[in-house]
Amino acid sequence: MKEPKLIEAIGVDKQFGDTKVLRNCSLAVDVGETVVLIGPSGSGKSTFLRCLNLLEPPTGGDVFFEGRNITSDLRHADRIRRDIGMVFQNFELFQHLTAAENIMLAPMRVLGLCTADAHDLALDLLKKVHIPERSDHYPDELSGGQQQRVAIARALAMRPKMMLYDEPTSALDPEMIREVLDVMAELSADGMTSICVTHEMGFARRAADRIIFMEDGAIIENANAADFFGGLVNERTQRFLDQILH
Amino acid sequence: MSFELVYQYLVSQSFISGAWMTLSITVVSLFFGVIVGLIIALLQGLKFAPVNWLTLIYLWLFRGTPVLFQIIFIYNVLPTFGIRLSAFLSAVIALSLNEGAYMAEIIRSGLQAVRKGQRTAGLALGMTRGKVMRYIVLPQAARIVLPPMGNQTIGMLKTSALVSVIAVEELLLVANQTASADFRYFEALTAAGIYYLALTSVFMVGQYLMERSLEPKKRRGAAPRSLMSRLAGKANPKPVAEEGP
Repeated sequence: MKEPKLIEAIGVDKQFGDTKVLRNCSLAVDVGETVVLIGPSGSGKSTFLRCLNLLEPPTGGDVFFEGRNITSDLRHADRIRRDIGMVFQNFELFQHLTAAENIMLAPMRVLGLCTADAHDLALDLLKKVHIPERSDHYPDELSGGQQQRVAIARALAMRPKMMLYDEPTSALDPEMIREVLDVMAELSADGMTSICVTHEMGFARRAADRIIFMEDGAIIENANAADFFGGLVNERTQRFLDQILH
Repeated sequence: MSFELVYQYLVSQSFISGAWMTLSITVVSLFFGVIVGLIIALLQGLKFAPVNWLTLIYLWLFRGTPVLFQIIFIYNVLPTFGIRLSAFLSAVIALSLNEGAYMAEIIRSGLQAVRKGQRTAGLALGMTRGKVMRYIVLPQAARIVLPPMGNQTIGMLKTSALVSVIAVEELLLVANQTASADFRYFEALTAAGIYYLALTSVFMVGQYLMERSLEPKKRRGAAPRSLMSRLAGKANPKPVAEEGP
């Protein structure tokens, strides 16, 4: 029997009032896969990502996580989100907590870890994202790149089965983009299932197994990375690529 | 003017119990005022029209009429409906409900000042809405609302003098009664003034200490607003506000 996909969206629609933001979006991701989601701004990439962990409940279609339909009962969305880490464009570290405390909060308050265990976990994860020396700093004492790496560590602290990255480097100065992408690529190489909205084609080339192109709320290209970078893409995707690669 | 008499008033049983009454009314009303304010602020966060209308009517009534009116109303009108309350209880209820209306606005603005993305980040970690509120939003909002709450506290202490009209034996009433018995207005009111100043000073110091303990360690370098500038009522040069994204 075929192993179920880790996450699978089938015909997802999203409507805000009269505006259709997503139309019939379907995507299945295997365990260990890294998928990069590209497309012009306003094409619904971020909304699609938020539909996958139910931060935005889809208005149509279904999302299956480990074979279970998670859109049928939104009351337990918080349980699903424990297993799906998310990283945001603006980091969204908790401003009143240090780097270590940011990482410790959810494991302690959701999983019930004791302070000592949570602190050990935080230090391990800060090592993993290459900033062990910043554990006692507050978010506004960290550079953007450091904040985003703490945010990745914070998401990893829940031991998620997959990661969602919503334009993780768009708010960063160019010299900090690399340090964040390196951490993400390392996680992907270690087998972390990931979906990443980004325009960093260098990262896509390095880490992606598949590239999805979205436009006007619809998925119009779903290509494996070799085909994609071999130029086997449809004409609209190619035009977008020409624009972002100049 | 006799300093000796001022001192005698200060240590007299009636002034001490008057000051104690003023302090109790202030603290109890403030406590319930904060609770009422928090409830109203959280209710306003619900997207449910009937609840929103009720909170609006509450705010409209209690911010739109004088607090003196509310005190007299609760003490004198409720008994005609068979609700008989002691003067102290009437005073505390009137002041709490009035304070709650102002606290609600302060707390609401504090909650709104916490960026929406902070809640989203908490939810994305698998926290429930309640936990996000308790561990992420409220601690950040507390830092924002503490300075205006301190001002409310001092305001409340002074407003409590109004309950003398319903014969609660608080500081001002004691002073006034003492003065009209002895015809020593200057001494009696000076003694009351000293108590008021002492109490407000204690509150200001308390607010200073609380603000310092809520400030994260990072601001250890930056000078917090000095106690002297606080006592002089100078505005905070750098308001505690959340940085933009």
